[in-house]
Amino acid sequence: MFTLLSFTPFQPTPGLAFWSLVIFLLFLYLMKKYAVGPITEALSNRETEIANALDQAKLAREEMSNLKSENEKLLAQAREERSKMLQEAKDLKSQIIAEAKEKAKEEANKIVSNAMNDIENQKKIAITEVKNELGAMAISIAEKVIKKELKGNAEHEAFVNTLVKDINLN
Amino acid sequence: MKYKVSYIILFILSFNFVVSAQDHKLESDSIVKVQTTSHESAQGHTDGTHDAATHDNHNAHAKYDPAATAIHHISDANVYTILDFVTIPLPMILYAPDKGWDFFSSSKFHAGHHEDGHSAYNGYVLHHGSVHRVTDAGFPTQGEAEISGFTHKTETIEGKDKDIFYAIHNGKEYRLDARSTLDGGVLGGGITSFYDFSLTKNVVSMILVSLFLLFVFTRAAKAYANNKDKAPKGMQNVVETIFTFIRDEVAIPFIGKDKYKKFLPLLMSIFFFILGLNLFGQIPFFGGINATGNLAITMTLALIVFFVVNFNGKKDYWQHIFWMPNVPVFVKPLLAAVEIMGLFIKPLTLMLRLAGNISAGHIAILSFVGLIFIFGDSGASTGGGVIGTALAIPLTLFMMCIEIIVAFVQSFVFTILTASYIGAAIEEHHHADHHTAEHH
Repeated sequence: MFTLLSFTPFQPTPGLAFWSLVIFLLFLYLMKKYAVGPITEALSNRETEIANALDQAKLAREEMSNLKSENEKLLAQAREERSKMLQEAKDLKSQIIAEAKEKAKEEANKIVSNAMNDIENQKKIAITEVKNELGAMAISIAEKVIKKELKGNAEHEAFVNTLVKDINLN
Repeated sequence: MKYKVSYIILFILSFNFVVSAQDHKLESDSIVKVQTTSHESAQGHTDGTHDAATHDNHNAHAKYDPAATAIHHISDANVYTILDFVTIPLPMILYAPDKGWDFFSSSKFHAGHHEDGHSAYNGYVLHHGSVHRVTDAGFPTQGEAEISGFTHKTETIEGKDKDIFYAIHNGKEYRLDARSTLDGGVLGGGITSFYDFSLTKNVVSMILVSLFLLFVFTRAAKAYANNKDKAPKGMQNVVETIFTFIRDEVAIPFIGKDKYKKFLPLLMSIFFFILGLNLFGQIPFFGGINATGNLAITMTLALIVFFVVNFNGKKDYWQHIFWMPNVPVFVKPLLAAVEIMGLFIKPLTLMLRLAGNISAGHIAILSFVGLIFIFGDSGASTGGGVIGTALAIPLTLFMMCIEIIVAFVQSFVFTILTASYIGAAIEEHHHADHHTAEHH
């Protein structure tokens, strides 16, 4: 090591040590004050700014995706509602049709039964009328017969009336 | 685009080599005329008898010495020489305890080839780029004095062979005192008779690099204020890339999210200061400075790290050093010894690693460039020079690419280790809590 140090560049000289100390300390002071300090601050400011901007962008993106999903939700809801409404309308339609059918059937039945009743009544009336006519006709026939053969015979008249009664047209 | 850049680099490199080769040839020619210019050589002068006969031998001694060249180029210097053409004088600030302060420009030395001064001033001379004092009696201590050359002898002091240098003034040799060093002569430099506080080549390059970095950084900082809420552009972008890398990969993982801001300026300054100096030293033609490969500079940085780490050490940190928790009692003193050594070894390794790596890179490049002069026989054989150049260009190019990676890696390693030492010092473990929790 001593051989190495006997080379002139390896002998530390006091002047050079003194000047390098002075120059380096001055350099350090000036660098700190005018360069490293301001640059460090500027860089960290910029970095926080960038970080903030990135955060904001992320937030905006999140918000947008939220909006989008909300929109989709709304759309889905609307679609669902529409289909529900359609279904309801369809149901209502079929219900109305069914009700109408029912009503129509009922009405028709009613009409038919009314008609039947009427017919029955008319028939009864007609039969009664026919009965009456027939009775009268028979009486008149019998009257004529009896007038001719049995004048004033009450026994015969009663017998004929029983006969007529027995004629049931039903 | 890629190829264009490589062609330009190749062109610059080859130009550099050609100029340097001519330079060396000129030098060896001039040696014959100016007999007094002596160079470091492996053989050296055996004795102090400097007659005409030894001077004639200088031509043989002028052979290219790769080791000496490399050492010279990675050393600090009191002049700033660009390609041996432009010599920028630097202010000299010298102090000798028996003489007082001296302030003058290094142009007074009239530095020539190999950064050897042609004159002495106030008893100081410039030899191989660094200032030495001459205290021998009879040497003029005031004003300029002509130096006709330097020579050196190998003397045996306390059983060790040492190269002792002499300046030649008025035909007489005067011994140069050792360079100004911090070790007090312990590490072989010898006891110094003066202290050199000059603005040397390394000091000037540190100032230049610091100013450049501050210019770039303040511009980038201003861009943040003017360009608010906008994407970074230009210089700001470059700064921001490395800045956020150091912050996110070094400061935050090692120191923690809550406390890193306190230490970020230090880590950034260390990283960019080292990186700037590493890369500045890699620029060809620009003096090839080796600031981060110099122990004085890395020592200062390591000391700053040492003080920052230990002044910020929390209770847990000191407890882990002196009385490691959760180990048997008989292990505790052993660990304490190891940890206390580690306290000083950590900055020591920081200092040596950086200086070693950067100096090694410079030496490797200089060695490859030196191939030209070895093959070319110091400018005597043109054919060998061509072969040497053909060999040296790809090798140097490769080494320079490696060096650019090393420049980044070493500054990163220094920074990440600093961050990890600081992180270990300020970490709070809550060992005591676990311990009591186990007992209850």
